Amino acid sequence: MASLGQLVFDEYGKPIIILKDQGQQKRLTGADALKSHILAGRSVASILSTSLGPKGLDKLMVSPDGDVTVTNDGATILKMMDVEHQIAKLMVQLSQSQDDEIGDGTTGVVVLAGALLEKAEHLLDKGIHPVRIADGYELAAKKANENLEKIAEEFPVDLNNLEPLILTAMTTLGSKIINRCHRQMAEIAVNAVMAVADMSSRDVNFELIKVEGKVGGKLEDTMLVKGVVVDKDFSHPQMPKELKDVKLAILTCPFEPPKPKTKHKLEVSTVEEYNALYQYEQKQFTDMVDKVKAAGANLAICQWGFDDEANHLLLQKELPAVRWVGGPEIELIAIATNGRIVPRFEELSPEKLGKCGKVRELTFGTTKDRMLVIEECPNTKAVTIFIRGGNKMIVEEAKRSIHDALCVVRNLVRNNKIVYGGGAAEVSCALAVYEEADKISTLEQYAFRSFADALESIPLALAENSGLSPMHTLADCKARQVTEKNPALGIDCNNKGTCDMKEQHVIETLHSKKQQILLATQLVKMILKIDDIRTPGESFQG
Amino acid sequence: MAVALNPIQIMKSEAEEERSETARLSSFIGAIAVGDLVRSTLGPRGMDKILVSMGRNEGQIEVTNDGATILRNIGVDNPAAKILVDISKTQDDEVGDGTTSVVVLASELLREAEKLVASRLHPQTIISGFRHATDVARQALTETARDNSSDQAKFRQDLIKIAKTTLSSKILSQHKDFFAELTVDAVLRLHGSANLDAIQIIKKTGGTLRDSFLDEGFILEKKIGVNQPKRIENARILIANTPMDTDKIKVFGSKISVESTAKVAELELAEKEKMKAKVQRILNHDINVFINRQLIYNYPEQLFADAGIMAIEHADFDGIERLALVTGGEITSTFDNPELVKLGKCDLVEEVMIGEDRMIRLGGVALGEACTVVLRGATTHILEEAQRSLHDALCVLTQTVKETRTVYGGGCSETLMARAVMEAAARVPGKEALAMESFARSLLAIPTIISDNAGYDSAQLVSELKAAHAEGKTTTGLNMEEGTVDCMEAVGITESYQVKRQVLLSASEAAEMILRVDDIIKAAPRKRTADQGHC
Repeated sequence: MASLGQLVFDEYGKPIIILKDQGQQKRLTGADALKSHILAGRSVASILSTSLGPKGLDKLMVSPDGDVTVTNDGATILKMMDVEHQIAKLMVQLSQSQDDEIGDGTTGVVVLAGALLEKAEHLLDKGIHPVRIADGYELAAKKANENLEKIAEEFPVDLNNLEPLILTAMTTLGSKIINRCHRQMAEIAVNAVMAVADMSSRDVNFELIKVEGKVGGKLEDTMLVKGVVVDKDFSHPQMPKELKDVKLAILTCPFEPPKPKTKHKLEVSTVEEYNALYQYEQKQFTDMVDKVKAAGANLAICQWGFDDEANHLLLQKELPAVRWVGGPEIELIAIATNGRIVPRFEELSPEKLGKCGKVRELTFGTTKDRMLVIEECPNTKAVTIFIRGGNKMIVEEAKRSIHDALCVVRNLVRNNKIVYGGGAAEVSCALAVYEEADKISTLEQYAFRSFADALESIPLALAENSGLSPMHTLADCKARQVTEKNPALGIDCNNKGTCDMKEQHVIETLHSKKQQILLATQLVKMILKIDDIRTPGESFQG
Repeated sequence: MAVALNPIQIMKSEAEEERSETARLSSFIGAIAVGDLVRSTLGPRGMDKILVSMGRNEGQIEVTNDGATILRNIGVDNPAAKILVDISKTQDDEVGDGTTSVVVLASELLREAEKLVASRLHPQTIISGFRHATDVARQALTETARDNSSDQAKFRQDLIKIAKTTLSSKILSQHKDFFAELTVDAVLRLHGSANLDAIQIIKKTGGTLRDSFLDEGFILEKKIGVNQPKRIENARILIANTPMDTDKIKVFGSKISVESTAKVAELELAEKEKMKAKVQRILNHDINVFINRQLIYNYPEQLFADAGIMAIEHADFDGIERLALVTGGEITSTFDNPELVKLGKCDLVEEVMIGEDRMIRLGGVALGEACTVVLRGATTHILEEAQRSLHDALCVLTQTVKETRTVYGGGCSETLMARAVMEAAARVPGKEALAMESFARSLLAIPTIISDNAGYDSAQLVSELKAAHAEGKTTTGLNMEEGTVDCMEAVGITESYQVKRQVLLSASEAAEMILRVDDIIKAAPRKRTADQGHC
C-alpha cells in the first residue's frame, strides 16, 4: 500500500522523486517535508472551500458500511472522510476543536488554514525561514484580533425582542439545505436557547436541549416542544392517550417480584407452600401498584419492563405507565418535571413525584410510530426540538444545522460582541494587517502581507461559490471599505443588491471569528515548524 | 493548480473521491438510472416487474408494479440512487401512493438539470429556479383543487373516482369498479379516523379476484376449541393475555422439590385446583366467549367447554390488539375484579368457511369501524400484489378523508402546473428562468411517459394536451382507455391533492439535494473478516 517513494512536483511541474530511505524507512526532511505537508493541508482545505457560504455546495459521503450522508457542515465532512495523512488529520482536529468550542465556522477555519499554508509556500520559495514566517503570522494574527475588537459591535440580546437573534440564526442556517423553512427553524433555535438560557450567569446548558428526529412528514412540521419527547408509548394499548395535570412517579425498579441480590434458593415442597407462594406473588403485584397509587401518582415512568399481570393491574387501577424508558430520558424527565428518580417502591412519597400539565401520545403517518410528549412542565428549562423531514438524510442534516444555529445563539448569549460576516470582517482585518505591514522594518512584513492575502481567501471563496467574479468583487469590496470606512461591507452572496452586511443581517460572533483566526494560525505555525518526518516503512503483506 | 496532480494521499488507501464534474455525473447517472427503471410501471398501462429475491429466500418471486416495493428490493450502490429509494419509501409511509411518480419526477428533474449544468449554469442558480418553480406549481395545484366534502354524496363519488384512478394502474384494474366500491365502503366505515388497523385484509388462494368481498364483521383466522359452541349470539367477550397452561411462579429463585410420588400427585392436584379456580374467576365475568393470546391447554379448554363457553386460543399480539379495538373490550391479565373489566361485545360469533378454511367471524362488533376484506385469487403472487394495490388505495382514501381536496389525474394537473411554471418563468428575469422552464418540461414528462407506456403517440397527445390547456380547458387530461385527450371530469380520473402535493415537494427536495452535491467521498469499505469456518 505504501508507494515506493514520494513524488513531488516543483513549480515547473517537474517531478522530484524521493526514494525510500534505507529501504525500510520513509523520511522527508527540510523544504520537501514542509512542501509535502503544505500540499496535504491545502488539499483538505480545497475539498471544503466549495462548501463555504450560503451558496456553498454539499458533499455526499459514503460511510464504510455504505450509508449515505449529505452535508455541507465542515466538521461532519472531515469527520467522515476517513483521513489517513498525518497533516490532514491535524486539519480534521482543527475543525473539530472549532466545532467543540464554538459549533460554527468549522468550514471557514479550515479554508483559512489552507490559505495560510498556501501563502507560506510562496514565502518559503522566496527563501524566508519557516520560523520567521510562523512568527510573522503570529504577530499578524494578534493584529487582526485587535482589529476585530475594534470593529466589534454590541449586539442586543433581549428576551423581549428576539428579532435580531432570529435574523442571526437565519444567517447560520442560510448555508444549509433546510433554508427552505429558514425562518421557522431560526425561531425554533432561538426559542429553544432562550427557554434554557440562564441570563444571570449568561450560560446555556445544552444538555437540556434535546434534538429528536423522525423520518416522515415535511420539514415544516418541525416543532419545538417545551417538554420532553420520549420515543415510547403507553405500556397497555388501552391506556388513555392524553393525560392532564399529571403526577409522575419516576421509577428505576421493575414491576416484578423483588430479586434479592444475595444468592438464594426457595424450595417448595408442600401444597401449602405452593399456595402461599402464589398468594405472595399476587400480593407483590397489587402492593406495588397500590404504593404508586397511594403516593398520588397518575402516571408511572419506569426504566424497566413489567409483567403482563402488572400491566393489566395498572390499567385496571387507572394508572397509565410507560416502560423501558432509557436512562438519559429518565433524567431529562426528572429535571423537567421536578421529580425525583425513585429506585424502590417503598421510597415513593408525594413530594418525590414529578408534575406536568399534559402528557399526550403522537402518532405519525400510515406507519404505527408513536411517541410520548410530556408538556407544560414546571421546569421549562428542558426543551426538545422535534425534527421531521422527507428522508433520513434530510433529518440528519437538519439536526446538524439546528445544532449550528443553537451554538450561534448560545455564543451570542454568552458574549454579545459581534462582527459582520460575509467576508466583511476578513476584508477589514486584511486591510488593517496590510497597513501594519508597512510599518514593520524586518522580514516579518512579508509574512504580514501573506497573512492579509490569506484572510482575503475567505471572501474570495464566498464570491466564487456564489457564482460572482471573485477578484472583481473582492477588489470592489476592499475599495469601498477603504473609502467609506465601513467594516460591515462584505460579499453579497444572495444577490440582495446591497453589500452592507448590517442590512443583510449577516452577523458572526466576535468570539467565533477570533477563535477561527487563532486556531488556524496556531495550526499553521505548528505545521511550519515540522521539518523532518519519519514513517516506519510498511512491511509487505504476503 | 497542482492539486489535480496531487501525489500526496490524504485519505485511506481504498477511499475514493469524486470531484465536481465527475461527482455530479455519477449522481445524475445513478438517479436517472433508477428513474428509468421504474418509469415503465407508471400509469394505467404501466408494466409489472418480476423481482427475484436473493440470499435467504433465494428464488422467490414477486410480481409488482408498486414503485416502493420495486425500489426496496433492488440493492442499489449509487449514493444518489439511494436518496431516491429513500424518497419513495418515505412517500409510501406518509401517503401510501405516488411512489413511482415521485421517483420518476425527481429523475426527470435531474435529467433536465444535467443539461443546464452542461450549459454552464451554477447548480445554486438551478436550485433557486427549481424552488421558485415548486412554489408556483404548488400554488397552481392548490388553486385547481376542489373540495366536495360538504356534500356527502358527491364526496363519495370523489372517493370512488380516486380509488378507481389509483387501482387502474394496478393488477386490480380489471375489477376496479368493484374494488373501488369495496375500498370506499371500508374507508367510510372508519368515520374519518386514519386507523387502518380496523381494516383487516385476509388472503386466501382459490377463486378469482371477483370473489373477494368486504365483510362487515371481523374475521379471525383461528379455530374454536372442541366441544364448544360454534355459534353464539350476543357475545360477551373477554380478551385476555394470560398463560392458560400452568401459572409460572414468578418469585425469583423458587424451585419445587418433592420427596415422594404422593407429594407430586398432591402438587399436581393443587396445580389443577389453581387452574380450575382461575377458570372459575374468568367465568365470574359473566362471559360466553373467551379469547386468549397465549395457549389454552386441554384441561382449561375442557372446563370452558363444560361451561358452554367458546374459547379461542393463540390469537397473536396484533390480533388481540385489533380485537380489543373493534370489540371495545380491554386486554385482561388478572381476573380478581370482574366488575372493573370492560368486556368486548358483538352480536354474533360464528364459525364460517372461506375457501377450504374454517375461520371465526365476529359480526356486529361494537366498533362499527371494523371490517375485513377477504381477497381471493388464483396464485399467491396475484394475492400479494392485490393486497399491495388495495393497501395503496386504502392509504390514499384515508388521506383524502383527512385532506378532502382533490385534483384531476391523467397528467392534467401536471400539465396545469407546467403551464403555470412556464408563465411564471416568462416573467422572471435572469438565469433562474431557464431552470424554471426545465422544471416545467420535467412535469410534462409525466403525461409523456404515461402515454408512452400505453403505446400511444406521446408527442401528438401531449401537444394536444398542452393546446387544450392553453385554450383554457383546464380539465383536459389523457384518456388512456381510448388513447385520446379528454375532459377528466367527464372520464372521472381524480387524484388526491395531498398525494400530488407530496409528490411535487418530495421530488423537488430530492432533486435539490442531489444537485447540491459537488463532491462524493467514499470511505474505505469496512473490512469483512472471513468466516472462521473450514479452510
